[in-house]
Amino acid sequence: MSTSSTTGTTGGSGSEYAGEVPHADHEAHQHRHPTDATYIKVALILAALTALEVGTYFLDDASTTTLVVLLFPMMIIKFAVVCLWFMHLRFDNPIFKRIFVFGLMLAVVVYCIALTSMQFWSSSYGS
Amino acid sequence: MTETATAPQIEDPVLHDKGVVSHQTSTGVSNEKLAMWVFLGSDCLLFGGLISTYLLLRHRVPPGHGPTPSHQFFDIPFTSVSSFVLLFSSLTMALAVGAIHRGDLRRCRTFLMTTALLGSVFIAGQVYEFTAFVKEGLGYTTNIFGSAFYTLTGFHGVHVSVGIIFLLSLVVMSLRGKLSGDKAETVEIFGLYWHFVDVVWILIFTIVYLIP
Repeated sequence: MSTSSTTGTTGGSGSEYAGEVPHADHEAHQHRHPTDATYIKVALILAALTALEVGTYFLDDASTTTLVVLLFPMMIIKFAVVCLWFMHLRFDNPIFKRIFVFGLMLAVVVYCIALTSMQFWSSSYGS
Repeated sequence: MTETATAPQIEDPVLHDKGVVSHQTSTGVSNEKLAMWVFLGSDCLLFGGLISTYLLLRHRVPPGHGPTPSHQFFDIPFTSVSSFVLLFSSLTMALAVGAIHRGDLRRCRTFLMTTALLGSVFIAGQVYEFTAFVKEGLGYTTNIFGSAFYTLTGFHGVHVSVGIIFLLSLVVMSLRGKLSGDKAETVEIFGLYWHFVDVVWILIFTIVYLIP
């Protein structure tokens, strides 16, 4: 049961995207791959964000609330950047994005409910 | 979603002129790729459960029952290096996928091997870290924090290890001439798995290590 996978190299050298691997869905959606240069730029952005995250370790007397406020946005941005560029969700067929986001949102909702039912958000939790 | 001769094949004239062949599936997308995304979506639930369990249990250690999570306990500089290594492996994996799509098999193989090497360095770091923690008195059954911590990070480590095996399999396939340009999607699908492992580590690094 093999799928007829396709490749085609049509991207120009000056283009941001190289190599088109289209998927023929009803919208004749095109799957474009970023160039190596784009991948490297994305990796540098991720490395910079990671460095900023690690930098919070050296903040003296930072409360948990401060750390959460500083670190969670960076974590979410890194998560999204990897999914959108490295995993091609930005360029690929939307059905993949819907499937993954559904699983992710289901996990977030289910476990937020679980944590809430265990009174995890209470300030006295764990004390 | 079966692939049959009678499945509708939607052809775009422009794409057809470029020599593009459609995926002959009822969804119009590759079944294998769709399956990988479904697996990754379900894996979100697995790691969501493990992270939630860790969050619930980490501070439930009675006094005098072993180490508890803190910046003093974790070796943040060491784990940060591991994080950069895994991040860099995602880049090399993406470059491998790009190379195979361009038909550059040799470059693809090089990047696959580099990714496997970086993954191995990450696993070696995790083994070293676990050994150090055990020496500091935190075994798997020492307390509930230890159980939750080792289960969460251990499951992630198993995912990385399985990924390394797959990577080496791809390298062997390419050496035997079974991984040509028309199998680019195989590398791409595996790349999704590897990037997902990286994404999970982004969560673990922040939630477990940086916000103790």
